[in-house]
Amino acid sequence: MTNTKIVYGLYGDDDDLMKAVKSIRKQGITIDEVYTPFPVHHLDKALGLKKTRISDIGFFYGLFGTTLAATMTWFIMNHDWAQDIGGKPAFSWGQNMPAFVPIMFELTVFCAAHFMSWTYLFRNKLYPGAAPQNPDPRTTDDKFMIEIHTTDVEKIKNVFIETGAEEVTVKGDYGQVNNLVQEEA
Amino acid sequence: MSHYESQVREPLITGHKTYHDISNDIARPIESKAGKLWWTAFGIAFVAFLLGIGCIAYTVGTGIGVWGLNRTINWAWDITNFVWWVGIGHAGTLISAVLLLFRQKWRMSVNRSAEAMTIFAVVQAALFPVIHMGRPWLMYWVFPIPNQFGSLWPNFNSPLLWDVFAISTYFSVSVVFWFIGLIPDFALIRDRATKPFAKKIYGILSFGWGGKAKHWQRFEEISLVLAGLCTPLVFSVHTIVSFDFATSVIKGWHSTVYPPYFVAGAIFSGFAMVQTLLGVLRKVFHYEAYITRKHIEYMNIVIVVTGGMVAVAYLTELWIAWYSGSRYEDFTYFSPGAATGPYWWAFWALILCNVLIPGLLWFRPIRRSFFWTFIISIVVNVGMWFERFDIIVINLSRDYLPSSWTMFMPTFVDVGIFVGTNGFFFVLYLLYARTFPVLPQAELKTILKSSGESYKKHHTEDEHHEH
Repeated sequence: MTNTKIVYGLYGDDDDLMKAVKSIRKQGITIDEVYTPFPVHHLDKALGLKKTRISDIGFFYGLFGTTLAATMTWFIMNHDWAQDIGGKPAFSWGQNMPAFVPIMFELTVFCAAHFMSWTYLFRNKLYPGAAPQNPDPRTTDDKFMIEIHTTDVEKIKNVFIETGAEEVTVKGDYGQVNNLVQEEA
Repeated sequence: MSHYESQVREPLITGHKTYHDISNDIARPIESKAGKLWWTAFGIAFVAFLLGIGCIAYTVGTGIGVWGLNRTINWAWDITNFVWWVGIGHAGTLISAVLLLFRQKWRMSVNRSAEAMTIFAVVQAALFPVIHMGRPWLMYWVFPIPNQFGSLWPNFNSPLLWDVFAISTYFSVSVVFWFIGLIPDFALIRDRATKPFAKKIYGILSFGWGGKAKHWQRFEEISLVLAGLCTPLVFSVHTIVSFDFATSVIKGWHSTVYPPYFVAGAIFSGFAMVQTLLGVLRKVFHYEAYITRKHIEYMNIVIVVTGGMVAVAYLTELWIAWYSGSRYEDFTYFSPGAATGPYWWAFWALILCNVLIPGLLWFRPIRRSFFWTFIISIVVNVGMWFERFDIIVINLSRDYLPSSWTMFMPTFVDVGIFVGTNGFFFVLYLLYARTFPVLPQAELKTILKSSGESYKKHHTEDEHHEH
């Protein structure tokens, strides 16, 4: 690992980026990360990323919400204090179920939406005050950056240049390329 | 990437914008200082907000008796304003969620402001259920919290309790949906910021976003699923709000058409409010390239469609009132008792503002006119306020027992609180407009090459070269 260096290739256009990604992958080089200012369509496919399972878990979060609401309404309305409120039947949960539908629906959505969002933030390591994950501030504006970890820096440099990179940087050559350095420069 | 789009479609981003231009345009209001116009507007809104706070404090300190309510009409401006604000809050989610599901690209210039409008409108709406309580300090009793009264619980049969769940779910999910969309845009502002304080603040707000490929993949997935969840949420929330009336035994309220009709009305008034706000925003922020005539026209078409649904619902109510053969229905909403009764002016204000004037939007020159759109959007919101007022007050004023028939007159406190919520809304909206990215950069940049004016022209030229 001592010889591994990080090389960044900066591209000026999303079409160039897509072509570069495809060409680099064709050459059998592993792309470690791509930073883009907006979601570039089919980039995940070009990179061979697996489909995200965030919506699958969202389904179970929703199911949890429904169960929670059904259990809560049953416990409160039929088990703990089975009272007659305005002639509504409180003998069993099923008899008064229509009145609980709004609550069950809302809690399903509530749990699915919120827990999914927490999962999303957690999996992406996003939290208030986290250090910016992009090595170059221009990648949130109009530049696209490919990051490759390699032992053969020259080869990767050439690959980037051949695929139309506007700028190629090796991390460590002149300090870490990050926001703070850019700001001082 | 192929960017083929039919040339029939008008461009959604005009001028020769590049990705960097979009970033600059979005960051400009945040990075520049507020002008005189902003401070004037903010000052007025803030004074109105203070008036509202004063009136609320007076109500809570003295009692609900300072309002114009009486023993017959025990809901009036409070719930009218509540439903009005919730209704306005619906267009935001409709634009961002429903239009996302339908892959409507024009939503992108509009959705951020519409979502902000949603959130700020729901804040105003949420005030009313609390302040219209006789004992608002016991408000927390509505939550099913285990307690020392042998664990005494709320009653889950009441639509007012469903409201608590609906509004809190709607508010919190809207905020999360909005915020997740804002994270990449805050990152743009963070990475451009030159002042240390601004960099710090936007650094916190952007959660360390870096635009990694995997993160974008998850971002698109969660946006889609949240849109899928928000769409039924919008419909359910206003449905539940309509249940406050529809599940009652009051004639005129007890009506099965309420849930869809309320939702249509909410979208109608919500889009009108978006038009009012964007009509000003596009001028003040010079966003003419993003919020084009076509966007305004699309939104006017939604207004015409939902306005049509509302008009059909009015006629349905009238028809059913007659068809039911119930003598009490003669005094409801759209029946002769309402059209010629003591509240005839409120009824006809509604017909004028909700059916007749928005009907002008059927004409292409009017629905493509910025001026007329602005005027009509305000008229619609006045009309939709009257709709809720009419539903609530006209029906309550002439009920089953003639001995309890009465009229309603608001006091200055009723009016003051309503003015106050408008002030509060604009305080929040004006602060938002100066500190938040008002256009979603990440989304606009995805459509620039397919729907940008210069790229569309570029395409035709390319095709010529090939031939």
